[in-house]
Amino acid sequence: MMFAAAMVAVAITMSLALARALLGPSVYDRILALNVFGTKTVLFIAVAGFLFGRPEFLDIGLVYALINFIGTVAVLKLMHYGELGWIDGAGEHDDL
Amino acid sequence: MNVFAFDALNVFLLACLVVTAIAIARLRGLFAVAMLSGIYSLLSASVFVLLDAVDVAFTEAAVGAGMTTVLFLATFGLTRSRENAASHERRLPALLVSVACGAVLLFALSDLPPFGAADTPVQTHPIAERYVETTHDEVGIPNMVTTLLASYRGFDTLGEVMVVFTAGIAVLMLLGRCSRERAEDDH
Repeated sequence: MMFAAAMVAVAITMSLALARALLGPSVYDRILALNVFGTKTVLFIAVAGFLFGRPEFLDIGLVYALINFIGTVAVLKLMHYGELGWIDGAGEHDDL
Repeated sequence: MNVFAFDALNVFLLACLVVTAIAIARLRGLFAVAMLSGIYSLLSASVFVLLDAVDVAFTEAAVGAGMTTVLFLATFGLTRSRENAASHERRLPALLVSVACGAVLLFALSDLPPFGAADTPVQTHPIAERYVETTHDEVGIPNMVTTLLASYRGFDTLGEVMVVFTAGIAVLMLLGRCSRERAEDDH
């Protein structure tokens, strides 16, 4: 019962994040919505694992959390620098 | 209770998929489309997890939500990030093609066995039982899916890896040429 209630809450949050991604209006709203949605997917997998008696799905949720983090960092880096740090000849931006 | 929860979750996720797909088709700002396609991948990964296909779900999340979003955004850095509205003459053929494709897929769907059916060839073929019984002694990897992919179907997987590797080299050659030309323009 408790897991079902948690699942309903996760589903509602997923819908809200999806609504924010659809409505925008700014770029950062959408990035944040994608990040929130990734976190909700982690929670979804974790709660679904317990709800359907497969708690070993928890490990998969952890790996999703890592992907989500790296993805958000990559997206923000692209927004900031406009590229992912290609070697642009001079080599003066070594820390990119 | 659990069957009801399973069905309700599937309906919820598929409804979210439809909403996201329609929004992707209607939006013109491609940055939002890239974000929404990431959400689309995460939603389909959740559906795959519900269907117990966790390896497929994992690939979908890593490639679809992680890698492809970044590649889309990197492409927007090289091109522009706004889509031109298609002209009216082009819309009708496109609609016809997509409706025809959908009809063909629905037609093919009617030939599939029901979800979880135990009497399909996949379930009843003796090779499955042989794998279940002997993979542990023959190969010794605890995960059976990994055993099949990496050992029994090793050549198949090697071919897949070569395809991905070749595609990666091709992309790097194209991008490398772009950035070299830009660097030469700067000097």
